[in-house]
Formats: sequence, C-alpha cells, structure tokens
Amino acid sequence: MSDRQLANSQLGSLEYDPAPESAAIAKLKPSYGLFIDGKFSEAEGGAQFATVNPANEEQLSMVAQADAVDVDRAVSSARRAYDKVWSKTTGAQRSKYLFRIARLIQERSRELAVVETLDNGKPIRESRDVDIPLAAAHFFYYAGWADKLDHAGFGVNPKPLGVAGQIIPWNFPLLMAAWKLAPALAAGNTCVLKPAETTPLSALVLAEIVEQAELPPGVVNIITGDGSTGAALVDHNDVDKIAFTGSTEVGRMIQQRTAASHKHLTLELGGKGANIVFDDAPIDEMIEGIIDGIFFNQGHVCCAGSRLLVQESVADEVLRRLVRRVEQLRVGDPLDKNTDVGAINSAAQLLRIRELTDFGVSEGATRYTSSCELPQKGYWFAPTVFADVSQSHRIAREEIFGPVLSVLTFRTPEEAVAKANNTNYGLACGVWSEKGSRTLWVAERLRAGVIWANTYNRFDPTSPFGGMRESGFGREGGRHGLEAYLNV
Amino acid sequence: MSDRLDVRKTYKLLINGAFPRSESGRSYEVTAAKGEFLANVAQGSRKDIRDAVTAARSAQAKWWNATAYNRGQVIYRLAEMAESRRDELAEHVALSEGVNARTSQKTVSASIDRMVWYAGWTDKIAQVLGGTNPVAGPFFNFSIPVPSGVVGVICVQESSLVGFVDAVLAPICVGNTVVALASETRPTPAVLLGEMTSSSDFPSGVLNIVTGITSELAPVLAAHEDVDGLDVSGLAPEVADEMAALAAGSIKRVYRPHQKELESSLRRLRAFVETSTVWHTIGQ
Repeated sequence: MSDRQLANSQLGSLEYDPAPESAAIAKLKPSYGLFIDGKFSEAEGGAQFATVNPANEEQLSMVAQADAVDVDRAVSSARRAYDKVWSKTTGAQRSKYLFRIARLIQERSRELAVVETLDNGKPIRESRDVDIPLAAAHFFYYAGWADKLDHAGFGVNPKPLGVAGQIIPWNFPLLMAAWKLAPALAAGNTCVLKPAETTPLSALVLAEIVEQAELPPGVVNIITGDGSTGAALVDHNDVDKIAFTGSTEVGRMIQQRTAASHKHLTLELGGKGANIVFDDAPIDEMIEGIIDGIFFNQGHVCCAGSRLLVQESVADEVLRRLVRRVEQLRVGDPLDKNTDVGAINSAAQLLRIRELTDFGVSEGATRYTSSCELPQKGYWFAPTVFADVSQSHRIAREEIFGPVLSVLTFRTPEEAVAKANNTNYGLACGVWSEKGSRTLWVAERLRAGVIWANTYNRFDPTSPFGGMRESGFGREGGRHGLEAYLNV
Repeated sequence: MSDRLDVRKTYKLLINGAFPRSESGRSYEVTAAKGEFLANVAQGSRKDIRDAVTAARSAQAKWWNATAYNRGQVIYRLAEMAESRRDELAEHVALSEGVNARTSQKTVSASIDRMVWYAGWTDKIAQVLGGTNPVAGPFFNFSIPVPSGVVGVICVQESSLVGFVDAVLAPICVGNTVVALASETRPTPAVLLGEMTSSSDFPSGVLNIVTGITSELAPVLAAHEDVDGLDVSGLAPEVADEMAALAAGSIKRVYRPHQKELESSLRRLRAFVETSTVWHTIGQ
C-alpha cells in the first residue's frame, strides 16, 4: 500500500464540512486613494490598478497608482509633520498614539483578518491567529518604548532620523506594516509606507485606523503602487531612511542606489533556511515543525525552513512521515477556517515556483506532490517535497518562496553546520534535538539571525528578527529594532 | 657619533601571520612628513588582498570560538608589547605625521590606552548588546552579538597609529578578523604594530595588513564577495560612496564615521556585529 493510499484509508472518513468566514466582513470599498497628509486623495495622474483575490482571480478593489509626484507629496507631508509636529511631540504622547493604534487593530481584527486573507490568499486561520494579533502586539510593544528611549542603551536623548521611507512585501502585509511603522514612530520619525503592489488593502485599512487614532496629519502616509513607486521613494532626496523588506535582488539595488546618499538603510531580504533534524528529535513535534516551517503561509516566508537537513539514520522514516503528513494538508479556500494551505499570492509568483520546481525534477531530485484537488480558478500550487536533493541543485540554493521543501541528509553535527551555512543567505535556521548541549553547539555555529530550537516560525515583538550576510542587515523587534530608526 | 652603519628594516605585508613582500614584488617609496626618504614599503597587489581575505576567513572561526576572556588577554598583550616598544612607535609617528617627540609620545600613549579599552570589551559586549527577550510563549529566547565575519578596513590616511588601532581593534575585539589597508602615505606605524601582533599571541590571520596604493586596492576589498563588512573611514567622501556601492554587491555592512565620533561611542563596535536570536522551547 502506498503512503497516499494508507493516508486515504485511514483518514478518508475524516471529511470536514466547509466553514467559511464571510467575505462581507472585510467591508471593502470599490476604490481606495493614497493616504497623504491625513487625507485620502486620488493619485495626481488619476492612475489606478486592480487588486485581485488570488484564490479566485476576482477583482477586490481599485487602488491608486502613486507616481513620483505623489511620492513627493507624501514625503513633503512627512517632512512637514516631522518639522512642525512630531519632533515636538513628547515621547509620552507618541506612546499613547501608538497604544491607540494597537487597540484599534484589536477592535477591527476580524475585519483585518478577512481583508488580509482576501488580498493575500493566506488561510484565515493564520491571518486571524498570527498576522493580526502580532501586528497589534507590535504596536503595543513599541508604544511602551516611545517615552523610554533614554534607557534603550544608545545614550541619553537619542535622536530620530527624520522621514522614513518604508517598502514592504506581500507575504505578511499588515504585520510588515506594523514592523516598520511601530518602531519608527516610537523613535520619533515620520513615515511614508508603500505596501506591496499585490496586497495594498490591509495597509489602507490601517490608514483608516491612523485616522481614527487621530495621529497628526502627515505623520503616517501610505501610498500604493508598483516597483516604480518604491523606486521613486528610494530616490527621493528628502528621505532620511529607507527600510526595505523583500528580495535580495531588489535589496542589493537599493543599497547601491543609496550608497552615495545620506540615507540610512536597513534591509530584510531573502533566505534559504536550513531546518536541521537530529536522530534524537521527538518525531511527532519535529514533523509538525517541519510542516509549519515550510508550508506556513504557503511558504511565502523569507525565513521558511525550505532546506530540511535530516540525519541519515532517520532520513527514511522522516521522509515517509513527512510525505504522509503533506498528503493530509487541506489546500483550498483561504476563507475556510479548516484550510491549512491557501492560494499562491500572484500569477508571477506561481510561475516562479513552477519554474524552480521543474528544475528540481530535471536536476534529478525525487518529487512528492500532494494529490490534493486544486480549485479551478486562482493561483494554486500543491504542497511538494523533494528528496534526493544535493547542495548544488537550484532548489537547494535559490529561494523558491513557495510550498516546496528540499530534503538533504547529513551524518555528523559538523556536516550539518557546514551544509546549513553553505548559502549566501543567513536569515533563519531550525535545530531539532533533545540534547540541549548539542543544540547550543550547533546554534553557536550557524550563520543566521534567528535560530529556532525544537520549534519554527515563531515571532514576537520583543524578539529581534533579521539576517546576516545577503539576508540583509538591521533588526526588527525588541530593543534592537529601535536602532534602525535612531541616529546613533 | 658612531660610524656604524645602521641595519635598516624592510617594511613588509602581514598576511596569515607571515611577513611576505608583495607577491607582485613591487614596492613604493614612502617619505616622512618633511619629505625625506623613509622606506621602500611593499606595494600590495590584488592578489595580496585576496590572500589576506582567505587568511582572515580561515582564522575567523578559531578567533570567535576562543573564549572572550582569551581574546581580551591577547589584545591586552598587544598593549604590553606596544608599551615596551613605544619609542620605536613614537619615532615613526613623529616621522610620519611630522610632529615633535612630545606629541608623538602622547599619540602612542593614547593608542595604547585604546588597546586596553578594547581589550576590556571582549567579555562585556555580549552583556551590553545582548540579552533575553520576554516572548509571549513557552520559550527561552536570547539575543547575542556575533561577529559579521571578515571585515575590510580602509584606514584613515592622517592618523597613522590611533586611527589604525581604532579601526582594526573595534572589529577584532568583537570576534571579526580583519584585512586592513594601511594609510598609503603613513604606513610604517601600522606595519610596526602588525609586527607586534606576532609576539602577542594573535592567531595567524586575525589581523592582516596590506600596504600599497589605496585607489588600486580599495575597490578589490570593497567588491570581494567573501568580505562581510567594510570600513571606509580612510576615503574621501566621493570615493567612499563608490566603495559603498561596490560593497552593496554582496550586501556588506558599511561603516562610515560620524563627523565627530566620540571615543567612547559604541558605534564602531556595533558596526560589525550581528544579532543572533535563539528560541528554545521550555517544557517538562
């Protein structure tokens, strides 16, 4: 009996009825403008583009396409707000504004979760339980720092940088907005935030929240658009700081473009995280951890555990159980509360995942793909595991940013460390073992900004997150996250 | 006056604990501040830079895996060596910088005091920059500063000794290894200090010093893919811009000094450390 048959025979009776969340909760408007100087306005040129639901390719709303003129309006508004208001606002007051935002996110959490799932394609279970609560928590955490900066370890009375231009990706739209805005505002900067082209909506709801919190106009500006909008923001002369989360390719370009400027820069870029499994690891937790490490958010996670390094002695068993577990993942309607894996965020991303997985096959790896049924419309990719992967394979070297796991093996801890570090990236790694001393020995040697031991993909506002090497520089979260927005 | 002819020294590179002439066989003439001939100093090549980076990379894990206490002892030992050979250093500072004996002695004192300052940092920086994080869940979560890896330092041109000490010991004391491009016009104090590291228990490759023409060598260091961080203090702003753009090719950390960097600032120490955060489950 094959694993698939085995899984079906054991679990065939466990069918779940659909339990969809209502899309109406999102209260989406037919169109959204740019949030500049405390007001929504159309783009200067009147340009708009559609944002679609990746789960069914239906249009959700129209949003404004900001061009260089709009970017200039937003930056000027942020500059005015910085000079006239925000730099004169006490830390205690900034703190209270941020607490208000945190509370408003909590109050509108259900709406935000549905908006996020509609626009991004991620399962409602994740947007409801991870993205939105963490976004609120992030504002809560940094709210408390705003009036305590003297004690943050950067000397007395550390100064903000000024106007921060912040460019965020589509994988955790609201959470990334929170990671950028909360520390920047706490430190006393004003912001121009550009959400990703394919996921602008939750940031626009956040703009409404900023209005409801009655932040002074111009302190937070949110402008939608494509890569050209981001480029105009990066190149704008009156921006003091660029914070970017996205691909290493774009990050490199931004570093080059800002090298000859006064602009401060932090980059949170790609990764090819190794999840290292030793033979003494508790197998049930470990299998769940591997699954969570790569299939959380459809693998659209820069810190995803996309390379599984498993000790040879348990490799066969781990692979067998992994394949069986993958077969059980429920793929489908992101709004269904029982869904484990949602839609791929865009057609372009789906194409990239397909291209790279094709290389996996042509380069000789063994492919296991879930036999799950995929919806007819929308962008979908069935969870996939590659075995017999070697280090030179493209699927072991390049970030796929999708639900695709590459499995490699090792014999000794030294070999595990060497293989884990054999990448230009350095964002995150996992270590699974019951032996604490070995876990710490490995952790000490991994070149990664975040190391999860016997867990994976955990995030917390108090915990610094960010990469080494070509995964970027600067930290988000914790006391360390303030450094990115202070002139210290 | 004695009619004995003095034995003059050849000023060579420091790569992987050895003192090679440049593999290119080239040298260039260095004059004292007042114009007289001082030395023919080895003129490093692109290949010398690459060799130095290789040496620094091989030495890095060993240096970082040494205990912080041990790293402090090694750097303190350098201060001892410098103190015992202070007249020699002072003579070269005086010649290079064109200052009188009194001033040069003060410079040497200041540089030795900087060494002691850095020696003391090795086992304190983790407590100052790191800590535990109270995450909302059953995890023990801590952050520690770890070295970026291999740091390329383009040393300031004017301050031949203090500037050099600050630029190389800041990254070294937090666990990096360094390839330093010494001041082009005033390299000899750096070369002397490099010699002293070999009697200070510095493991080979922790500090590598290349002398030569800055405009020729800086781009090689800035673009080298196996260099993790770059200190461009020694370059004019426009050139520093160019090097910073080259450094972006492999997402290097780039340190540019503030106009008035305070001696006690931690900025230099923070420039080439990474925060590594570990989550560990707590359970029975």
